[in-house]
Amino acid sequence: MQFMLLFSRQGKLRLQKWYVPLSDKEKKKITRELVQTVLARKPKMCSFLEWRDLKIVYKRYASLYFCCAIEDQDNELITLEIIHRYVELLDKYFGSVCELDIIFNFEKAYFILDEFLLGGEAQETSKKNVLKAIEQADLLQESQTEDWGGLANEEIL
Amino acid sequence: MSDVVEKTLTALPGLFDSQTGAAKITNRLKQLIKSITELTSKHEEENLMKQELSAMKEQVSSPNTTMKQMREVMVRAMYCEMLGYDASFTYIHAIKLAQQGSVLEKRVGYLAVSLFLSEGHELLLLLVNTVLKDLQSTNLIEACMALTVVAQVFPKDMIPAVLPLVEDKLSHPKEIIRRKAVLALYKFYLIAPNQVQHIHAKFRKALCDKDPGVMTSSLHIYLQLIRESPDDYKDLTGSFVAILKQVVGGKLPMDFNYHNVPAPWLQIQLLRILSLLGREDQSTSELMYEVLDESLRRAEMNHNITYAILYECVKAVYTIHPKAELLEKAARCIGNFVLSPKINLKYLGLKALTYVVQHDAKLALQHQMTIIECLDHSDFTIKRETLELLFRITNAQNVTVIVEKMLDFLRGCNDEHTVIHLVGKVAELAEKYPFHSLTGRLLQRMTLSRVHKKYISSYKINTNLLCVSFYFTSYVPIITLTFAPDNSWFIQTMNDVFSIGGDLLQQDVPNNFLRLLAEGSESKEEDDELRLYAVDSYLTVLKGDTSHLPQRFLQVMSWVLGEYSDLQECVDQREVIRLLTKLLDQRSVTSETRVWILSALTKISEGQTDLILDLSESLSYSQDTVLRQQAQELRHLSRDSQLHEWALPRGAPWDSMEVDSSLSFLDGFVSEALAAGAAPYKPPHQRQEELCEERALNLEPYSFSLPVSLSSCSITDRQSPTMLSVSSGISGNSTELSQKAGSSTVILEGVKRVWGKDGYLPQKETAATAPPVDKPSIAVQSSGQQEAAERTEPQPEPPMQNQDKQQLASSLFVGLGAQSSISLLGKSEAPPPRFRKKPRPHESSSSSGTSERSSVSSSRSSHSTTDGFLYGSLLEEEPATSISGVDHTPKSTTANGLGQNKHTDGDRRTNTSQILGSDMVIVRPNTIQDKYPSSVSSDLTALLPPDLKDLPHSDVISLTSDPSLSLASCRVFRDEALLLVIFICNCTETVIKDVAVQLTCEELQTASLRGNVVDCLEGRSTSVCHYALLMDDPHTNVSFTGTVSYQTQPGHTNTLSFSGTLSTADFIRPLVVTTEEYGKLWLSLSHDVKQNLKLLTAAGDPLRTTLNALKDALQLHVVDIIGSEGIVACRLLSGAPCLLHCRVNGAALAMWLRSPHPALPDCILYHCQRALAEH
Repeated sequence: MQFMLLFSRQGKLRLQKWYVPLSDKEKKKITRELVQTVLARKPKMCSFLEWRDLKIVYKRYASLYFCCAIEDQDNELITLEIIHRYVELLDKYFGSVCELDIIFNFEKAYFILDEFLLGGEAQETSKKNVLKAIEQADLLQESQTEDWGGLANEEIL
Repeated sequence: MSDVVEKTLTALPGLFDSQTGAAKITNRLKQLIKSITELTSKHEEENLMKQELSAMKEQVSSPNTTMKQMREVMVRAMYCEMLGYDASFTYIHAIKLAQQGSVLEKRVGYLAVSLFLSEGHELLLLLVNTVLKDLQSTNLIEACMALTVVAQVFPKDMIPAVLPLVEDKLSHPKEIIRRKAVLALYKFYLIAPNQVQHIHAKFRKALCDKDPGVMTSSLHIYLQLIRESPDDYKDLTGSFVAILKQVVGGKLPMDFNYHNVPAPWLQIQLLRILSLLGREDQSTSELMYEVLDESLRRAEMNHNITYAILYECVKAVYTIHPKAELLEKAARCIGNFVLSPKINLKYLGLKALTYVVQHDAKLALQHQMTIIECLDHSDFTIKRETLELLFRITNAQNVTVIVEKMLDFLRGCNDEHTVIHLVGKVAELAEKYPFHSLTGRLLQRMTLSRVHKKYISSYKINTNLLCVSFYFTSYVPIITLTFAPDNSWFIQTMNDVFSIGGDLLQQDVPNNFLRLLAEGSESKEEDDELRLYAVDSYLTVLKGDTSHLPQRFLQVMSWVLGEYSDLQECVDQREVIRLLTKLLDQRSVTSETRVWILSALTKISEGQTDLILDLSESLSYSQDTVLRQQAQELRHLSRDSQLHEWALPRGAPWDSMEVDSSLSFLDGFVSEALAAGAAPYKPPHQRQEELCEERALNLEPYSFSLPVSLSSCSITDRQSPTMLSVSSGISGNSTELSQKAGSSTVILEGVKRVWGKDGYLPQKETAATAPPVDKPSIAVQSSGQQEAAERTEPQPEPPMQNQDKQQLASSLFVGLGAQSSISLLGKSEAPPPRFRKKPRPHESSSSSGTSERSSVSSSRSSHSTTDGFLYGSLLEEEPATSISGVDHTPKSTTANGLGQNKHTDGDRRTNTSQILGSDMVIVRPNTIQDKYPSSVSSDLTALLPPDLKDLPHSDVISLTSDPSLSLASCRVFRDEALLLVIFICNCTETVIKDVAVQLTCEELQTASLRGNVVDCLEGRSTSVCHYALLMDDPHTNVSFTGTVSYQTQPGHTNTLSFSGTLSTADFIRPLVVTTEEYGKLWLSLSHDVKQNLKLLTAAGDPLRTTLNALKDALQLHVVDIIGSEGIVACRLLSGAPCLLHCRVNGAALAMWLRSPHPALPDCILYHCQRALAEH
């Protein structure tokens, strides 16, 4: 996978993950073009799109579009299921996820994505394992919050 | 130890209330998000963001900001960047956060790093230590985070630093760590394959891991490895089949199920691997028939995911060695896809069909009605895929209809990529089926005049053009297309192509059109007729409204008018001049086009002094220096008719133009200037490099122009590998320094003095390379008008639709049924493509070619040296040997080629002796081909042409054979190219006719030198053909494929395909330099790679032994060996050099490579490793 974008019905970018090195300018250009193209497509049209020399696989969930760019020899359908699995993961983690969850906790959404896809390839496809990894890190995070918070206060005082 | 951590963790959560901390942290962000959503205009948003960013800037630079606050800032920075605002000032703090923060902050820090910095960002270097520390951490989470970031972004050069730690993680007790480590190694393999060469054994261990997740991850690496060289992994087929069997049989834990399908991702990965392994390999394929059958059977059609697996399965079945039973099942599966009401599945069905019809065209017949429906589908994607499918089923009977359909689509398409892609396909079709009489005529012309090979490409593109022409005249009933169109039709259509295609057209379209006009055919009459039509037609066009015409079209017109307007006797030349001058006044005309117009005017100016003087007078005040210069030329030429005649001889054959590309006529001038103290000329790239170097060294502000600090920097910072090169570096540097100091002033002065106020070469070049101003709107508009006019033609009536479809079906699928009996032979019945697909090195030269005549400054020819080698020197060096059937001596060459030729001929002898002199083995051991043992008697080498016999060459290996022909090849190492000599042996007693060899290789430039077409090969005789291969960009291995077609009986063509692999080692040549030169060169090279290699300790001095082994394997030149260090040099053919510095470091050989080419060191390192491993 070359990159993954999440954007809203209004064309606002909600998440972006690039697995190929590109300049910021290029990224912005691609995002703008793709958001435009995908939003212009009608609901009955198929979820695949040939774009430049890539294949775009996108799917809409409520107000959010999930959009992945893959290479020609990659399997479009399985990419569609990768998107679906990611949505499932988000759903499980946030508890019936909605766009606001992702807007306000986008870093969490990134953490989940990084546990699921690494370097553009599916890393762990077991839902249980992905969530376990996230929960562990979260747990540690909470514990550290308290510890470190205390220390920081001491320092300031 | 990590278990301890885990236990503490699980005990912790009850101890504190986690809500408050997290809430506080994200407060600022929430505020920001909320206030942004409340804003109504983009402007307000920008203002708010400006405030936000400056607040953040203040916060990050304040020393009082705690790590906790920094973490919060970082999240906001990520948000800002996502909105498209630049927050690059936080990047360094992201790294700091990852480095200094607690686990909590680290996590955010690492995330920010992976989002902000992409591969190659210089700040990443600062991350290396942090990653190292975290990889060694006993904290599971920290190690996980470090591995996650390593698998996403990591500086390539620093891989050796973390590699051992990552490798260790492969045997970590926790599967999550092992999994991430495998993916990190996968990433390393992708960006620097040679770095992970040695751990293949560990990959195998990962494949056998007891955790399915780790095993799945390892498949990414295997897919990649097997894609590159399937033969090395055939032994694993059994394991992959066994794994797939277990997965399909539901033996994996339920966790890995996805919608009740066991581990679909794993299944798909395995199916892909199997199809790669089984391709063209019957015995390996047999191992997997059973499991594929099982997969096809098990996958019940209930969910997308099963379709995904089925699709992959079908592809695998059709890729591996065919088995009738499986093919039948797979074909039925495809039916399910194609007929599905779900559009996604339909798309996949079409895609599968596209893949499958190559093997079995009659499958398309079964679904013809669906295909017809898809052709008119409202979804662009479906339509395009259908065309792709149709493209694959073309034959001589349906090609007109299919091309028509493709062009119909092109008409409504405004996506540039699609247009370029599809036009290419149309061209390919036109190539294959020269049904059209005009095309036929072109082909005939081509054979008649036996034009030089290189022109074939121009004809090829022209047939492409013709097809585009059909598109524009598609309102003409199809039947008329088979009539011989006359010249006026051709020109008129080309006019449409240019005016509609506009400036989106690829440059070679007009170039080739002009070339066709200029070169003409055998019959001068016919040519002139065509040219006359062109002139007439253009004059008519120019008399109308010219403001909407695309630049390309104007350029074509002005060239043709300049060249041929004198053919038309009834038109006054003054009228032509007036029309062209009118164009110059148009605001919309770009300066590039103006140059074309002025060139044309220069050509026809003879005798019209009054008009011309006015013109040049008005232009001599132009802002554009190029125009000013041309106006100047124009004035001189129109005053002096003798000079005009000499510079632009009327009616001279345009290919006999002598181009002195070496600018030798300026030699006297240059030596004078040098004597007067001017600095020697440096080519732009060298200046650029030096400039870059200076910049790289520029550590202090303002030190740029201070030579003193520069020199100190270059000695201290460009670490020289040895004392030896330090000293040479200093001396080299001092000379460089003086040049540098001079270059900034003297050369500029020189330019002024040399070229005077009119400016000459440099400005001209910049003007030529300036991007042409695109006018797509004009093109669209005019095409719209055109189409509107066309649309008035009768359209099929709605009630007739169904019948129409039937008719369309019969015309589309004609010819498929008849061939179904031999369907497994696929497309073999199709005539072989007439033209060899060729890289187009002429794109650049042809543009200058057409304008060469246009001005006296013919010196601007841009023939690249590659061209010279490929088409000039090699081609003509000697007459073909007696055994080669056809002499392909070109009819004409450019003067450039000839010059080159003489030069290399002279050089070659010295080069040869140079190679031989450095005790080079004449017969080099095979590097890659060794793996495919073949028994070819070496007596074939005796057939090598005499001029090649003395060159170093490889053994002769067999390529392919069938009962009538057998092919063998031998690689001959020339200094500037690799020659692939192919021996074609007739194994029968009878004569074989029309033997034609075709060779293609994507990564290399190939050129057939001679003998690739043999009219008649006697029984039991052998013919030799040569290909020259050039490698511009290093690839570790490249493979070439080719076909040979021949006739044993008249009218019955057989084809035999072959393939082979070449390694970079075949393209490496020794670079003979002295130690001083080496030192200088070393400092000037930018890309370096370091690696420890195995030291051969068999006998004697280990360094010397190792270097000699490398030299033998790779044609390196050992420059010097001093103590425990050795320096070695080589180059890629006659291109980029690569310097190797080797030092004995304990039991290893520390190798440091430098080259101007970024990928070359990696490649050479890879081959060094290989050579030493095999030793």
